[in-house]
Amino acid sequence: MRDGGRKASVSMGEVGKRHSYIVMGPLEDLRVDGRGCEDYRCVEVETDVVSNTSGSARVKLGHTDILVGVKAEMGTPKLEKPNEGYLEFFVDCSANATPEFEGRGGDDLGTEIANTLYRIFNNKSSVDLKTLCISPREHCWVLYVDVLLLECGGNLFDAISIAVKAALFNTSIPRVRVLEDEEGSKDIELSDDPYDCIRLSVENVPCIVTLCKIGYRHVVDATLQEEACSLASLLVSVTSKGVVTCMRKVGKGSLDPESIFEMMETGKRVGKVLHASLQSVLHKEESLGPKRQKVGFLG
Amino acid sequence: MAMEMRLPVACKPLSERLGQDTKKHLVVPGDTITMDTGFMQGHGMHMEEEKLIVSVAGSLICVKALKPRYIGEAGDIVVGRITEVQQKRWKVETNSGLDSVLLFSPMNLPGGELKRRSTEDELAMTGFLQEGDLIGAEVQAVFSDGAVSLHTRSLKYGKLGQGVLVQVSPSLVKRQKIHFHDLPCGASIYPTPEHKEEEAGGFTANLEPVSLADGEVISWLRNCIISLVTQRTMLYDTSILYCYEASLPRQIKDILKPEIMEEIVMETRQRLLEQEGEGGTPEGQDCGPCRSEDCDVWSPYVAQ
Repeated sequence: MRDGGRKASVSMGEVGKRHSYIVMGPLEDLRVDGRGCEDYRCVEVETDVVSNTSGSARVKLGHTDILVGVKAEMGTPKLEKPNEGYLEFFVDCSANATPEFEGRGGDDLGTEIANTLYRIFNNKSSVDLKTLCISPREHCWVLYVDVLLLECGGNLFDAISIAVKAALFNTSIPRVRVLEDEEGSKDIELSDDPYDCIRLSVENVPCIVTLCKIGYRHVVDATLQEEACSLASLLVSVTSKGVVTCMRKVGKGSLDPESIFEMMETGKRVGKVLHASLQSVLHKEESLGPKRQKVGFLG
Repeated sequence: MAMEMRLPVACKPLSERLGQDTKKHLVVPGDTITMDTGFMQGHGMHMEEEKLIVSVAGSLICVKALKPRYIGEAGDIVVGRITEVQQKRWKVETNSGLDSVLLFSPMNLPGGELKRRSTEDELAMTGFLQEGDLIGAEVQAVFSDGAVSLHTRSLKYGKLGQGVLVQVSPSLVKRQKIHFHDLPCGASIYPTPEHKEEEAGGFTANLEPVSLADGEVISWLRNCIISLVTQRTMLYDTSILYCYEASLPRQIKDILKPEIMEEIVMETRQRLLEQEGEGGTPEGQDCGPCRSEDCDVWSPYVAQ
């Protein structure tokens, strides 16, 4: 990426990619920016940044900038799960993120990310969908999760999953009551108190840890340049207890089973620390109360 | 493993941090700057009807591009990447408005001899530099449309080997007489519109793995340069060296954290201030942004 303004961008010598500087670094646990193979860049998380949503979060991971908004709307439960609400994901790769997303260029990546999110949430324990049910077979809450890629600086999946978890933590769904009168017709009444809401439990919401294979080692939280040098990556979706909910391999290169096992173990280990840090930041932010100074987009 | 998550902190505007009271305004092409007759036309604007009236000496207004491109001058040393191999030349990308050109004939071959042009030589030339290679070269001439012609007539130019390339805004790179710097810490730096720190130069790229100690120094310098650029500080050998020394007590990966970055750059600026005294343009140096020797707003370390 080329930027004349405040940022400096880094390129790597393309001569002999296998021997390049970026590939040799991880062997000694020293990457180009001085990090070790299992170190993340500094992450900034802020919730409640968009006012007309039920919940929102913004995550900055190095140069990667993600904004997630959650809107709760009433809908009809799915036929096969009449007692539950559901989540819908939509990912928009903005043309501002990188020139490759101009026009329809970002659609493929957006669909891929959305499908990955569906997969990692497609189990009973991630989000308790029964709390989203209003009246069985008739009404339920549908959470529309919109992900906006503002800037692409490598390691998209991790940043997006952190942002989704933070946004769901921030989501407050209005409490409703179902009133049934003598004729049997139902009426839904919204609570008068604007602060009377249900909060979702995000304890079991998984986060994605991407492990990129560079040379003979694997690294966590790869920058754009490191991703360009990596032939294969493993996406591991891990909960806070270290349980793997889903795993996916991306890239043209191959991975042998031993590497996959090693990468999975690293993913579990790193994932637990990721969840612990995220929980503490979210609780810290909440404890500052409604009077905290919001930084938002103009800070 | 290290994992740090935090809440965002609003950063103070740059002018407040530096304690300056220079006023800056953002303009876009087409804006009227002033109708006042007391100003002289400077760089980056033109006169249209009565909008800017050139008059007697007064203040100078300068319009600076937010994202400037490199404007070549003969004698500059640049680092560029080969984008295309054409019939009699290579096209080199140097972050300027147009691609630069490196002709086959004035090439320095292995062995240090300058070969004369012939058809077999031209075919052999394509084997030396390929698309994607990084080279160091000197600007020979600038064409009327702004495109730049390069040459690698001496042994110190040519293919660049193992190291890190840091791309920065051209306005932050100070023009100096000597461009290749071998810093006391061991790495070499070529300050050009693109920065490069590396261990070996020459015509055939050195692809040997870099040792851990060298690798650490390179990462250190890379992070220092990035922190200087983020804080809008001019880049030259002294500022980079001071920044490196100020950052030594900390860990390499911590340098890029916002508060530590600010601390280190403040320390660097302090040292530079002490070294160069205050105000005015030192002799023999010109202002980075407007290249004037009498610029009143010149500062050795702040690019505005």
